[in-house]
Amino acid sequence: MNGYAGKILRVDLSTGKTWTEPVDPKLAREYLGGRGFAARLIYDEVKGAEALGPDNRLVLASGPFAGVFLPAGAKATFAAKSSATGLYGDANVGGHLAAELKYAGYDAIVFQGSADRPVYLFVDDETVQIRDASRLWGKGAIEAEVALKDELGEDYQIATIGPAGENLVKYACVGHDIGRQAGRTGAGAVMGSKRLKAIAVRGSQTVPVADIEALRRISKEMFLKVKADPGLQVWHDYGLGSVCSWANSIGAFPTRNFSSGYFEGIDGIDHHAMRERIIVGSKACFGCPMACGKFSRVKERGVWVEGPEYETTALIGGNCALNRIEDVAYANYVCDELGLDTISAGNVIGFAMECFQRGVIDERTTGGLAVRFGDVEAFVTLANRIARREGIGDLLADGVKQTAAVWGKGSESYAIQVKGLEWSGYESRGAPAMMLAYMTADIGAHHNRAWAITYDIAQGREKVEGKAAKVIDLQHVRPLFDCLGACRLPWVEMGLDLKYYAELFPAVTGLDLSWEDLLQVSERVYNLTRAYAVREVPGFGRSHDYPPERFISEPVPDGATAGSRIPRDTLDALLDDYYGLRGWDKTGRPTGVTLRRLGLGDVAEELAARGLVE
Amino acid sequence: MRVDATASRCTGCKLCQLACALHQFGENNPKKTAILITSDLLNTGHYRVAVCDQCGLCEELCPAGAVSKVDGAYVVDPEECTYCYICVNECPQGAMLVPSGKHTPVKCISCGDCVELCPTSALAMVE
Repeated sequence: MNGYAGKILRVDLSTGKTWTEPVDPKLAREYLGGRGFAARLIYDEVKGAEALGPDNRLVLASGPFAGVFLPAGAKATFAAKSSATGLYGDANVGGHLAAELKYAGYDAIVFQGSADRPVYLFVDDETVQIRDASRLWGKGAIEAEVALKDELGEDYQIATIGPAGENLVKYACVGHDIGRQAGRTGAGAVMGSKRLKAIAVRGSQTVPVADIEALRRISKEMFLKVKADPGLQVWHDYGLGSVCSWANSIGAFPTRNFSSGYFEGIDGIDHHAMRERIIVGSKACFGCPMACGKFSRVKERGVWVEGPEYETTALIGGNCALNRIEDVAYANYVCDELGLDTISAGNVIGFAMECFQRGVIDERTTGGLAVRFGDVEAFVTLANRIARREGIGDLLADGVKQTAAVWGKGSESYAIQVKGLEWSGYESRGAPAMMLAYMTADIGAHHNRAWAITYDIAQGREKVEGKAAKVIDLQHVRPLFDCLGACRLPWVEMGLDLKYYAELFPAVTGLDLSWEDLLQVSERVYNLTRAYAVREVPGFGRSHDYPPERFISEPVPDGATAGSRIPRDTLDALLDDYYGLRGWDKTGRPTGVTLRRLGLGDVAEELAARGLVE
Repeated sequence: MRVDATASRCTGCKLCQLACALHQFGENNPKKTAILITSDLLNTGHYRVAVCDQCGLCEELCPAGAVSKVDGAYVVDPEECTYCYICVNECPQGAMLVPSGKHTPVKCISCGDCVELCPTSALAMVE
């Protein structure tokens, strides 16, 4: 199978058995790989199971572009029924894991069951072993990765969890490559629930492709185009850090628990501060010319950290009002070692800070700790308590939605989440398309499905017409990269034409799927994950698609979007438009007609039998 | 001509390894490479790069006479190589590599493909 290793590795942690299955060519054609494989596997195999029970599956999947000579064929998807949302959840990670998995001979690994002691999975080509990891349990995510590299060798690619995953923090992440993460939706907690501390992979095999000469020609043109672009230097110098001051200038930089989109302390944490004060070098993902990862040194703390990336600076910096890049980078490092998603952790801690400021909680709730905006020590203390579920951390570890439900006193209106997933780095009251993107992202409030904010700016920020159609377009093209196993940034940021990717696909796989066919795969996956939500969550639908009340009723106080809010009738207009274009009913459920049009007839039948679609 | 590496500019993307394997074997497999990238991140914040500097020691030591200089670069003749690996063990750069599934060591032949693609110009062709 060109473009594929051709095998899926199955690991039952309850019985200790491992086996392989050939990749079904039909699965490859209809779901491609990565997020597509994961969505189908979770839909088929995780029915009614508890996210943190042994019946959940953890899927690690690469895609046909991973490990191949093309820009940034580096993306691996971690997926499971999410501990954060109870829905399908996934997160992707760059680095070198996806490529190594292919060289080892596997397109995906599917874990089931739960071990009775801490273990890690060892994979060296055909040698697959479930090994004891007792000595690693309790170690930080990077600490454990380094320990395994020391033991096994530098050439193993390793994914680990930290204490947060072990202690089932619902938004615990999976770490890889000394500071990269599959951050969102709690894949780290699912690993922890299976007592799977780490996955170590090494491979030596060639990834076969259909037309190696075409691949060389197309990819070389792409690589040389990027290399010749003067804009490349910005990525080499600053990485994603340069997004901070831009987001702040357009009023989209999350500040003090999303009370504003403008942070007065931006100069202390922007890309210039980062470059001058902490960056040591660049750190790329596999096969990527952009090298957006920056490797940094926080001298005053004596730590190395990859980043901070934009999202981390937004959620830990602006959202918790930390105005020194050294503090943000240190807090980033602490979260990486603990295995906490910096987006959710920054969101949750920002929420706690606002609750403390408002008197919703006080020192009696926090165990004597003053939890104030701008206090890095408070951030670090809370992060540690969350990861170990100590004191107040035990509740915060369940996420901002659950915390607000317990603390009450109106705090639900500024618990910034959708579907139970904490909102990521774009304050969107002045951006209807971006708002809708957050509302309808299948995993909860995440930006990566449809990064529509530039469209809002180009088309007019107050305008509502046409925004739903654009969000849907983006929700198909962007996650397509997650199915293929490549990073989308060379397209988004370096302007590599999508035509290149359309040409690469047949050169790699030999499959006669047009770009339109590939986009339909992405639409199929989007409907499948929605159908999964409908099946798994009683009453799932429209009510799960609204943003928190703050965005509806509270105008932005300052910055470029001062005065903006997004009234409920605007949200309803956006949702009506969106559901209509998607072929979903008024309650936000895919119709049988739509599911069948996308080749999901079996899903339509199952949902109809349960009375969930007409 | 030889490939010269400035390790502090290396981002660890391994594109050089992909290009090398494509040139030498026509395969999508960065493990079949003559350039080695390893991490020194937690010591220096950078990567290490090992690549042949065409010093010629391999030719000098090869008991089978399998190494010769062609167009300014030393190349190994797989027909003559006896797999003694003296060159592999003695290479001062650690840049004679034996890919999995192969017997003959692979080394840099100064084709320049990696240099052309290296996004940060960490690699350069020098006399």
